[in-house]
Amino acid sequence: MSSMFSTLTTFAADAPAPAESGGVVSLVMAQLPTVITIGAALGAVLGAVSYLIYVERKLAAFMQDRVGPNRVGPWGLLQPIADGAKFILKEDVIPEYVDKVLFILAPCIAAMTTMLAFAVVPFGPVDGAPSFMRFIIAPNVDIGMVFIFAIGSLAVYGIILGGWASNNKYSALGSLRASAQVISYEIPLGMSVLGIALLGGTLNIEQILLNQAKGGITQWYVWTQPLACLIFFTAALAESNRLPFDLVECEQELVGGFHTEYSSMKFALFFLAEYTHVITISFLTAILFFGGWHFPGIAEPGSTGLLATGLKFGVLLSKVFAVILVIMLIRWTIPRFRFDQLMGLAWKVLIPLSTANVVAVMTVLQFGWSKWWLTAVSLLLFVVAGAIGVKQAHDALNRSGRRPHAKPETSGGHVAHAH
Amino acid sequence: MPIENKDVTWVEEPIIGFWEATFLPAIIEGLKTTVKHVTNYQPTTEFFPEEKPTLPLHYRGVHRLNRDDQGRVKCVACMMCATACPANCITIQGAQAPWEDRDKYPSSFEIDELRCIFCGMCEEACPVDAIELTHLYDLTGFTRDEMLFDKEKLLGVFDQTKDTGYDPVRTHRGRLGPASDFEQLPSLSPATSVQSDDRSARSSSSGVIQGRAVMPSSWESVNDKIEKGK
Repeated sequence: MSSMFSTLTTFAADAPAPAESGGVVSLVMAQLPTVITIGAALGAVLGAVSYLIYVERKLAAFMQDRVGPNRVGPWGLLQPIADGAKFILKEDVIPEYVDKVLFILAPCIAAMTTMLAFAVVPFGPVDGAPSFMRFIIAPNVDIGMVFIFAIGSLAVYGIILGGWASNNKYSALGSLRASAQVISYEIPLGMSVLGIALLGGTLNIEQILLNQAKGGITQWYVWTQPLACLIFFTAALAESNRLPFDLVECEQELVGGFHTEYSSMKFALFFLAEYTHVITISFLTAILFFGGWHFPGIAEPGSTGLLATGLKFGVLLSKVFAVILVIMLIRWTIPRFRFDQLMGLAWKVLIPLSTANVVAVMTVLQFGWSKWWLTAVSLLLFVVAGAIGVKQAHDALNRSGRRPHAKPETSGGHVAHAH
Repeated sequence: MPIENKDVTWVEEPIIGFWEATFLPAIIEGLKTTVKHVTNYQPTTEFFPEEKPTLPLHYRGVHRLNRDDQGRVKCVACMMCATACPANCITIQGAQAPWEDRDKYPSSFEIDELRCIFCGMCEEACPVDAIELTHLYDLTGFTRDEMLFDKEKLLGVFDQTKDTGYDPVRTHRGRLGPASDFEQLPSLSPATSVQSDDRSARSSSSGVIQGRAVMPSSWESVNDKIEKGK
């Protein structure tokens, strides 16, 4: 932990070491770019979150043949601002029988940890950009991926504390579900990117991005690790409590889930945390599997300068936006899982598959085989998983006796025939 | 009677195939459907305050008290509507009519629009076709007293709606009505039917009244208009 903090506090490595006299001033000067980047990134993320909510509401309306927000400003474009103003001005209710300290602390933790996880995500081309543009808050964190997963899973603390402090059964149930869900999905999430870490030999996110960019489009990890990509995306959806995995706040069973008792800005902070999480996992999906800012012919690693930097930035943002759109599409397509299905998916499907995938990567690396074997292994694992699924479904159907007219050849060893 | 075995249809669960077990084709199929709604976007939303709904001819909105051809209230205070009303929202006080062609007239006629359930029974019951339901649907008010419509207000509604073409006087325009016509047998047609010889009953398409509602503004301003007209 101490090494992590030292990395964080000394990431402005190129700045001169503080001199004996005026040490404070030079220290402040050295940290100035970081502070500016944090300010810019925070503002951008907050603005992006408010307008992502607008995009989501509009898209949801289109998918359901509705109109969506259209009253505030042209096409309802000022709706996020009105919503923000409402959140700030609304009465902030703290119920009488809550644990006040934890109740107030919970949304702060939720928002802070998700923001903190964003610190090591490069949101643009870090190398080759003009010196005044820094597209990462904390550059050169060698354990970047571990940092994201460590901090990202802390976000569930906010949810658990919020649900527990609310002194409300629905909230408590919601946060219990959250803890079970996050613990389960942490494993496939980490395992799925372990293969990439092994292939690239690094946990540094910028380095992983560069590895893909230097190799061209064929070196994007989605080609050699398609199964890992699928697992990562699924687990990340579950981790950020998005539909179809939003059992934490499923309205039909738990009123509002962990945030039932929250109102005004504290509720907004939970919302902010969820959307920041979505942005972070979208960035991670784009960077880890789809080459980050790299796109052949448009944004190549060799190009430098303002225009090239802008192009790379644009490419990365469009990839991220595409991922976010897919997340929103999935939200309005797939119905919510049942809780045992959710757990079954993590423990019976995703964890074995991701473990097998890591073993395959290690084997290929150990014997120095071609990386394209991994694609074949991914497809094979997928087929095997499907076959096991078919087998289990048939077994369950036969066992339950729900097939009264089952064909004789399939019901040969039928339980009902035994006696 | 027990269900016979031959009448029972056994439904078996479909056998899960390989692709169903992997979820992916079903998910992609679902995503396709979702995207189709975005690309082929056909909302059915009616932008209400700007766009007025198309109402059927038999729409039952706010009541009105009809006037005869001399501008007098048609009602003869027979209490049929108040008796028929299932919500007990009509209060009538009858008095000696100052005119020669009828015995009674309502000295006060009050409808509590908040109690009314807009069933149209009063309209059906009225023997002289004095009370009718109009197409006014945007009935609002700030107080309960405001929603208590007295005779003047109900006559005001008639003045507002009689010539707009949306709310034709459905039967016996101008005359008192079948109950007072002793020369001929009363019409057997229902009270809500439209007489073909009524000029103002002609609508742009048969059976449906198209376009804007009668009142372009809110009900308060209509109240004001009625007050001014007095």
